[in-house]
Amino acid sequence: MAEYETFEYDVLVIGAGGAGLRAAIEASAAGVKVGLVCKSLLGKAHTVMAEGGLAAALANVDDRDNWRVHFSDTMRGGQYVNNWRMAELHAREAPARVRELEAWGAVFDRTPDGKILQRNFGGHRYPRLAHVGDRTGLELIRTLQDHGIHQGIAVHMEHTIVSLLKDGERVVGAFGYDRERGRFKTFHARAVVLATGGVGRAYKITSNSWEYTGDGQSLAYHAGAELMDMEFVQFHPTGMIWPPSVMGILVTEAVRGEGGVLRNKDGKRFMFDDIPDNYKSQTSTDPEEGWRYTQGDKDARRPPELLTRDHVARCINREVKAGRGSPHGGVFLDIAWIKEKISNAPEHIKKKLPSMYHQFKQLADLDITREPMEIGPTTHYIMGGIRVDGDTQMSTVPGLFAAGEVAAGLHGANRLGGNSLSDLIVFGKRAGEFAAKFAKAHSAGNFYENQIDAMARQALEPFDRGAKSGGSAEGPYQVQHDLQEMMQSLVGIVRREEEMVRALDGIRKLSERAAQVAAHGHREYNPGWNTALDLKNLLTVSEAITRSAIERKESRGGHFRDDFPGKDTTFGGVNIVVQKGVDGSMQVRREPVPEMPAELKQVVEEMK
Amino acid sequence: MKTAMFKIWRGDATGGKFADYTTEITEGMVVLDAVHQIQATQANDLACRWNCKAGKCGSCSAEINGLPKLMCMTRMNTLPLDKPITLEPMRAFPNIRDLATDVSWNFRVKKKIRPFSPRPPDAPDGTWRMQQADVDRVQEFRKCIECFLCQDVCHVLREHHKHEDFIGPRFLVYTAALEMHPLDTEDRVAELKQAHGIGFCNITKCCTTVCPENITITDNAIIPLKERVVDEFFDPLGWLWKKLRPKT
Repeated sequence: MAEYETFEYDVLVIGAGGAGLRAAIEASAAGVKVGLVCKSLLGKAHTVMAEGGLAAALANVDDRDNWRVHFSDTMRGGQYVNNWRMAELHAREAPARVRELEAWGAVFDRTPDGKILQRNFGGHRYPRLAHVGDRTGLELIRTLQDHGIHQGIAVHMEHTIVSLLKDGERVVGAFGYDRERGRFKTFHARAVVLATGGVGRAYKITSNSWEYTGDGQSLAYHAGAELMDMEFVQFHPTGMIWPPSVMGILVTEAVRGEGGVLRNKDGKRFMFDDIPDNYKSQTSTDPEEGWRYTQGDKDARRPPELLTRDHVARCINREVKAGRGSPHGGVFLDIAWIKEKISNAPEHIKKKLPSMYHQFKQLADLDITREPMEIGPTTHYIMGGIRVDGDTQMSTVPGLFAAGEVAAGLHGANRLGGNSLSDLIVFGKRAGEFAAKFAKAHSAGNFYENQIDAMARQALEPFDRGAKSGGSAEGPYQVQHDLQEMMQSLVGIVRREEEMVRALDGIRKLSERAAQVAAHGHREYNPGWNTALDLKNLLTVSEAITRSAIERKESRGGHFRDDFPGKDTTFGGVNIVVQKGVDGSMQVRREPVPEMPAELKQVVEEMK
Repeated sequence: MKTAMFKIWRGDATGGKFADYTTEITEGMVVLDAVHQIQATQANDLACRWNCKAGKCGSCSAEINGLPKLMCMTRMNTLPLDKPITLEPMRAFPNIRDLATDVSWNFRVKKKIRPFSPRPPDAPDGTWRMQQADVDRVQEFRKCIECFLCQDVCHVLREHHKHEDFIGPRFLVYTAALEMHPLDTEDRVAELKQAHGIGFCNITKCCTTVCPENITITDNAIIPLKERVVDEFFDPLGWLWKKLRPKT
């Protein structure tokens, strides 16, 4: 019999980034008992890395903005495979959620008339991103944290969840351990909200931290929930590439929003060479007009550097492959050039992009006010995830909710910058609200001792193998490393059927190795053991990404197929869904995208 | 290939000792990279906290050659490699294991500080108006990434263990951000003097020196708060005025 401590909650939230905190606050406000579990210390989640801002049609800077424009921008960016209901709710509710942050103490940058300032970002027609310099994510998470700690939420920091508990079809809690001591914990709950973020650690070059191992997607999948759109992984066009140790660290899109330009080694602004048809009317072909756009000229059109991320990443890839890249295999991102335009450029850059200035100065010995940066694409975000109901955020498993990056739908095939932070608060709130409702309407389910015994036994297997093998068994790090290398080269920015089939074979072999890895020492704060347990999640999401990517035989948004380089209208009407089959194998199928109501269709038409 | 020698603290709450490691150094590497390399190849169970690896989350605080720093922002080429580099956990807090410390005290302290409470909205749509110039100072304080290096270096906590009587520089900055927030209506001055022990700070500015976000903790946050305490409690004319003014 496994030894474990049990906690009873109405709503259990797993993950304490923006979405998890917002969900916990909302559930608590509904008067139910809330537990919040997170892998790191409170306030350290990956949300802190978000830089550019929160997209919300506040219309503080350009009064032509409203939810209809935001909705149609999001749909266009997502290439119309988005869950239109989520895109609608997101565009309608984001402004209220942002104002609420101000009421909770957030201090956004201001317009001259004292309102929340908004900045330009890729794919957004008007300046729409509420921001604080380039550290908006920190402001968001700290505001929610500082408000949340006074709402009676029980917080379990540095805990890992290894499995969800089920009673029949329903999810009734979760089982895990505290990382500090390695003691097992059972969280019994009437409803569970997953807010665990993304999967970036499945790739070698990523802007994501160690936490991003696809836990939520994997937990939900193994509990029977459907995952959707997993082929849509966003490679952010601008990650640091030099020196090697910082490869992948994010360089915010705000650099381009403030006038930064992309150049190849010949000094050419190559983004002018390839402007997609559906953006031609809103994109400038004149560098001067582009500059005026970044400086707030309402009559100017955006420069091509601010096209959507999927497109910019592919253009960079093309330049590098054609031999026009920078010395370390990327291209140049130049903000220093604006000194030709404004007199106090260095101070202006430091004020607008303080943490970028800091990051390059300290990590790369480079002064961005004087020299261009070298950048290249980095794995940044997954648009796909747990399939949820647009209104309630409930997954296909009763009692299991999901919000934020771990959920699918809002972003379709490609996410616009700034739409992630707003996603967290809009759907974090909804998930908390409806999880609380669900908890009030349902009794506490049962869970079974033998279920827990099996989970505990499984979790401890790496130690058994370590003890049996002495020092000879493989550790988890090499397996993780090999998976990252493989996903990067075979299921990365440019994909091909035969390579992905090889990747599936690779995942099968890596799974066999993962089942044999050993951990040494004891359970207290043991990163080797923790990594061994993370492998299952990484392998599950890698398989889901690969299988979905094979199924979508076209190129759309973040998913680019060398063997099917064009868009295909058949696939424009479907989402790819994966689910665990009765035999335990991963099943893939196509699901038609639900028909958009006439009212929303009209909005899309009007905004074309 | 260049190599570096490390002496890394291995232990827990009951004690421990330094262990020696040697690892290869490549261009641009930071201390956290070296720790990860050692963790992956020589000591799978070496405990350390980290998240963003870009100086934004404040998780990887440690004492590098005796100085409190973020491991992710300390480049190897800024350290002398001719002798071993010592790596220790933050010493002002109890050790959990190896480089990870028990910082839970900080979370308890924050909870005791009166939360933000805004004035009624300025506009009918429920929003407020604030000028950029009026929020610049608060934004400086809100850059804090809660790495707790300032708490680690503060002698009131580190040497004198006044954790029960003094909230430390981090939470004085936090209080300053609330007190100077243009919308906030609370008054935390009495608590600063009593429960939060601002008087223990004798402005040695060690906290400001170690802040990785370059927040001018002492000059911009602590001293103005001390002045508010003085104005409220130690100003003889003010005291007289309060005694003599007609009661309303």
